[in-house]
Amino acid sequence: MTNRCWFAIPAVLLALAGCDGVNNPPIGPAPMNDPEPDPPATREFQVSVLNLTAGQPLSPIALILHDSSWEMFQLGAPASVAVETLAEGGDNSMLLDEADGDAGVVATTSAGGPLPPGATELLTISAEEDSVDLFSMMTMLVNTNDAITAARNISIASLDVGERIEITTLSYDAGTEANSELAGTIPGPADGGEGFNAARDDIADEVRGHSGVVTSDDGHSDSVLTQAHRWDNPVARVIITRID
Amino acid sequence: MKLIQLPTAVLAGVLSAPVLAADYSVTVTNLTRGIYFTPLLVSAHPADMSLFNPGAEASPALQAMAEGGDISGLSSALSDGGAIIVENPAGGLLGPAQSTEVMINNDDAPDNTNLSIVAMMLPTNDGFVGMPAVALPMDQGTYHYNVLGYDAGTEANNEIRGSGAPGEAGFPAPGPVDTASGTNGTGINAEVEGFVHVHRNVLGDTDAAGGASDIVSTVHRWLNPVARVTITVN
Repeated sequence: MTNRCWFAIPAVLLALAGCDGVNNPPIGPAPMNDPEPDPPATREFQVSVLNLTAGQPLSPIALILHDSSWEMFQLGAPASVAVETLAEGGDNSMLLDEADGDAGVVATTSAGGPLPPGATELLTISAEEDSVDLFSMMTMLVNTNDAITAARNISIASLDVGERIEITTLSYDAGTEANSELAGTIPGPADGGEGFNAARDDIADEVRGHSGVVTSDDGHSDSVLTQAHRWDNPVARVIITRID
Repeated sequence: MKLIQLPTAVLAGVLSAPVLAADYSVTVTNLTRGIYFTPLLVSAHPADMSLFNPGAEASPALQAMAEGGDISGLSSALSDGGAIIVENPAGGLLGPAQSTEVMINNDDAPDNTNLSIVAMMLPTNDGFVGMPAVALPMDQGTYHYNVLGYDAGTEANNEIRGSGAPGEAGFPAPGPVDTASGTNGTGINAEVEGFVHVHRNVLGDTDAAGGASDIVSTVHRWLNPVARVTITVN
């Protein structure tokens, strides 16, 4: 909760929202949407994701609508193999397949391709439900060993048609692969190396906040990354608008 | 007597109807350890205006601010839009851990509902602190905002001393920035990004008289947020 609040704001409640007494400003003007008619038992959301980094393409965005019985990952706990598969290689198929088979998940969707730095992806996701509790999103920073950015368990139950929530997301380390930055270990265009590998050789088999990349320009001479691949939080801006 | 009272009553009604305008004090605090903010541009403006848009190419006026601290272009655009503008409230650079306060009253211009604040971050090539068109609060109270460091994407981050003019390489080094920065850097191999984004931080080095960068890694790096803005509705 603290992590989510640090850079997050419910835009509909901007003046009232507070996380430890801090209101976080929106990252910039958001796309507007025309509300549509509201037939019963359907919830449809438009989700806009903006890549705020300089040099980290994001793997195809995965979106999940769910209740509190399902959770993508927990900080300080080992990542599932599905989360590991996404975090190490950008492949969200196992995460979404498993979610689709979970009783706590009501809808999933994936972007069709990666999201370049500075670019915005617009996705829609809908559920034949008269209420949807929670929203989660995950994607890999592909020029890393196993960095992800995620929005987790964002409450969307009270969104009315036309209302939106704006959040920004932090970077996490899946804890499943050592951050060697070595040639052959990074799947993104900086390297073209390996994606998923079942071995778990990070400093701890736990999802933690990411410490950033070191890169060859900062003295890690064997790194295939350069200063251009560094980032600071937040990594992405996500706007969830209920359109039906 | 009635002829005098009637317009007074009408006027009172007009004044008391909209509660949208207010008197604000806005405090900007530099949260970094070693970065100076150039003269700040603080503005209350209509909701449909913005000084910068992450993901989009920077305007020439934003570029001039981010590369050299020149806020005149952004200020004129705001002025053309009827905005309330306060320039350079700190009377020069706003150093690490320093604060400056601005008073804004939009009673006479209630369309100016959103607050933007920008200033260049020194030493950087085209880094800036940016408060992005946040809706001014309406209810009495004190509101805190975390503000991010952005890269305008208009200049390669070569991190060596140079020009503050748009399109010219390097960063300007006035006063305390000169004192704290290195010299004779060979320049970092970097490219123009082309779009506004969250700044990836300076790289710097620890060689004050050479190396790749004239920025000092142990002094000038930062983590977001780089500023805290406190708005009090009086």
